[in-house]
Amino acid sequence: MSLISTLARLEAVATGHAQPAATVRHRHLSDRPLVFVPLTTAGEAGAPLGALLGTDRDAPRLLVVPQPRDRDLRFAFLAELADVVLPYVDGYAEAVEAAERTETDPETGKRVKVEAELCADAPQLIVPSRAGIDFVRLLGRSMRFRRTAEQDPETPYPAPPRVPLLGRWLTHVGERARVPGSALLLAMTDVLARHWATGQSSLEDQHLGALLAWIAPPDDEPGTEAALRAELARDAQGQLLCPPAGPATDPAFDNRLLAPAIERYDRARTAFAAAEDGLEADDRLGALTAAEREIRDLVLSRTLPTWQKVWQGLDLLRALPAGAHIEERWTRDRWSFTGHRDRITAGEPPQPRRDDAVTAAGKLAAREREQARLEAQEALDDPLVMAGRRLSGEAFAGEVTDVVMAYSESRRPSPRPLITVRTGDRPHLAERVRVYRSLSGKPQAAEFVERAGDDLIVLRIVDKMGRGKTPEEGSVPDKGDPVCFTLFEHEQRGGAKLPDPEQTPWTHGGPPGEAVLPEADPMTAEDLL
Amino acid sequence: MTTQAAFDPGAAAARATDAILADTLHGAHRGVVVDSPPGAGKSTLVVRAALELADAGRPLMVVAQTNAQVDDLVLRLAEKKPGLPVGRLHSSDTDPYDKALDDLPQVRKSAKAADLTGLPVVISTAAKWAHVKVDEPWRHAIVDEAYQMRSDALLAVAGLFERALFVGDPGQLDPFAIVGSEQWAGLTYDPSGSAVTTLLAHNPELPQHRLPVSWRLPASAAPLVSDAFYPYTPFRSGTGHGDRRLAFAVPSDGSGPDRVIDEAAESGWGLLELPARRTPRTDPEAVRAVATVVRRLLDRGGAATSERSDAPAPLTADRIAVGTAHRDQAAAVRAALVDLGVPEVTVDTANRLQGREYDVTVVLHPLSGRPDATAFHLETGRLCVLTSRHRHACVVVCRAGVSNLLDDYPSTEPVQLGTVVKFPDGWEANHAVLAHLAERRVVWRP
Repeated sequence: MSLISTLARLEAVATGHAQPAATVRHRHLSDRPLVFVPLTTAGEAGAPLGALLGTDRDAPRLLVVPQPRDRDLRFAFLAELADVVLPYVDGYAEAVEAAERTETDPETGKRVKVEAELCADAPQLIVPSRAGIDFVRLLGRSMRFRRTAEQDPETPYPAPPRVPLLGRWLTHVGERARVPGSALLLAMTDVLARHWATGQSSLEDQHLGALLAWIAPPDDEPGTEAALRAELARDAQGQLLCPPAGPATDPAFDNRLLAPAIERYDRARTAFAAAEDGLEADDRLGALTAAEREIRDLVLSRTLPTWQKVWQGLDLLRALPAGAHIEERWTRDRWSFTGHRDRITAGEPPQPRRDDAVTAAGKLAAREREQARLEAQEALDDPLVMAGRRLSGEAFAGEVTDVVMAYSESRRPSPRPLITVRTGDRPHLAERVRVYRSLSGKPQAAEFVERAGDDLIVLRIVDKMGRGKTPEEGSVPDKGDPVCFTLFEHEQRGGAKLPDPEQTPWTHGGPPGEAVLPEADPMTAEDLL
Repeated sequence: MTTQAAFDPGAAAARATDAILADTLHGAHRGVVVDSPPGAGKSTLVVRAALELADAGRPLMVVAQTNAQVDDLVLRLAEKKPGLPVGRLHSSDTDPYDKALDDLPQVRKSAKAADLTGLPVVISTAAKWAHVKVDEPWRHAIVDEAYQMRSDALLAVAGLFERALFVGDPGQLDPFAIVGSEQWAGLTYDPSGSAVTTLLAHNPELPQHRLPVSWRLPASAAPLVSDAFYPYTPFRSGTGHGDRRLAFAVPSDGSGPDRVIDEAAESGWGLLELPARRTPRTDPEAVRAVATVVRRLLDRGGAATSERSDAPAPLTADRIAVGTAHRDQAAAVRAALVDLGVPEVTVDTANRLQGREYDVTVVLHPLSGRPDATAFHLETGRLCVLTSRHRHACVVVCRAGVSNLLDDYPSTEPVQLGTVVKFPDGWEANHAVLAHLAERRVVWRP
């Protein structure tokens, strides 16, 4: 944890209110996000209990699996989920704009620009917490290798149509969520915790109720107390007043409310199946419907508070002005969405279970680049984030006190002006360290020359001054100008070109071989569900 | 049968080197892996192997991890064989290589690999090699510091060579990624793992050698470092107990720093223990204690006697280094040293001290004053680097209570299926080092 966030947390404890950790919003928020509040069954990984989802905060759609261990009911749930999510995703696939993309020409091996389609906007899924992102991945993993009856008439448990496709999309957004700064799938707790520092630990910040209690406590109550109540307060029946954001549910809810309700449902279903005539069946269907309704009400009662909190979080975030670079990062999300849309249209197989060596290395390199880019962009967009970097010696701000013109010692001397900056910051500068400042959106580099005093730093500007002997207008700061230099680079270089997967070298096991369409997981004796 | 007393370090090291060169030049395998403990002559081996491969007429590329390592290798090659043409492939940044290379006429420098074709040896960093494209691969490569190279970096360059010699120290810091990479944990080619791990997972039949003698570590340090960090691949020091001596002209003034200096001069190790306390990372008392020890080392007119020369060499500022876990700690120690008037002493983090050597090191213990023991602070390689840079003595400055801290916080890292568990773990190695240091303890209340 950086020094400034430690200070902000201490201040939050002292004042009882969350402190801003950002002055602008650092993540793109869609005008029409799809909020998804899933619940899972305790002890059954990948067995959904239900979900509340939709794009209209006043009209969420409730999906429930009354008996989570029943495979048919689970498939019915997933089919309904696909009916909500896929039309939403498809709604962004049509509107496109012309764009350029750099590709490697297969014949010459050179990087060339090609015209391409880019979706004008992209879908955005919002889940309450980080565990929700893992659950999205798990759902995607459980669905994408399924076969529909149409794809494989022999499959013992055919999946409803479009369920495998939903699995591919959930896998895609789940994988994209690992890219720093991406916004196709966001966890509300993560985004809120990026923008506010609370007086609790970052582990406690993953509780959406407690986190909001610090940021926007009801009736201005101290955050400590409001958060404690959100975490612990129970009603007369022993149920949490603020149900956990899921997907896991509170054990007291499971044991006292859900388990008996599911048992009643099971009994009603058995009774219905055993009905001997129409009249009896009618009666028992009524009981079955009532039992199902009871479970639906229970699931709604645990998801609706979280649903409202997610929308409250969105309100809070939308009140912040957008950071200057989020549009650029969102464009990369749109490229990611367009790319996957194209892969599906082209009939490519679902994402493999495991990345091959080249794909894994490529992803890691891309994410490291995005992480560095995100850190730099957040600092450039937000003086409060920059203050944190200044405090940790990675940047310094101050006033130019002197400008001396100087030239490089080459045959064609170019301007290398020396500027002196007075600053109260204490950057970790060593000999000839490069520093950068933003000059109308482009980084200008300078070299550290010496410290001319306790608070005076002499720099030599080395680029972005044009080609002439005199620097271009405005490219060198004047005496009295405020400047802010960073020790980190503002832009990231492209990484090394990795070999094609078919060219995987002997050190990494050689080429992976023919791609085979992965089968769905086989049934084993342990698969009782 | 040879007894311990008859152990001839020079002969043992020569045997190991001969076996490595035989496998490299004439072996049937595409790769040879050499594990080298601290100061075991890894660079010497790399230079020798490079010269023999060049003599055998095999075009050679050398992959090192940093520009400093590359320049150092070029200089060593030039020193050993001034006539050998060497290519130094460098980046297109300003000042991409050490200016000292400009004085060597046989070294051709270029940012383009095409300018260097035909030279017997071409040297560059892994990052630069990754951008090179060739029609025909090099017959041979040497990969230096291969345990500090990430698997994905090897993936990017492995297409450039047919066979390779991988040299490195398995006990030093593992490579790391700045983003999470758990999703690939357990895969043989986990891109965030070390190059050697991937290489051996896919090619388990490759011959693995080990350099058995540390020429840097004194007889007092080799057993501890070997036991704590290399329990299954022990090594010995090349020198005996009487071969190295550290003496001071000015007698102790009885203060804590002076007493711990005397302890370290006598036994090779000293622990300056400050009162137990939870502190910020840049613990002002501990930082000042480190700076004071350095100041006293210089003030007391130290002289180091070793096998290198007959006359004792004065212990000067360039023969002392301070090691820390974090960069802000290094910055704080540097500032404290400036206050005490000794700005020339090297102060750096473990990552940057890798591969360097000094007469005396002063170490701020990574767990000193901490309330918790995180994976970062427990990492075996970090402590190993910090406690294996010295030729004579090592002084560790630490708050009391670290062994309790170790016992209070068992490792909480999630277990990943399929990963190779590294032994010893940080917990065990830390306890081993602390147990040994406890016998060399000087308690001091500043």
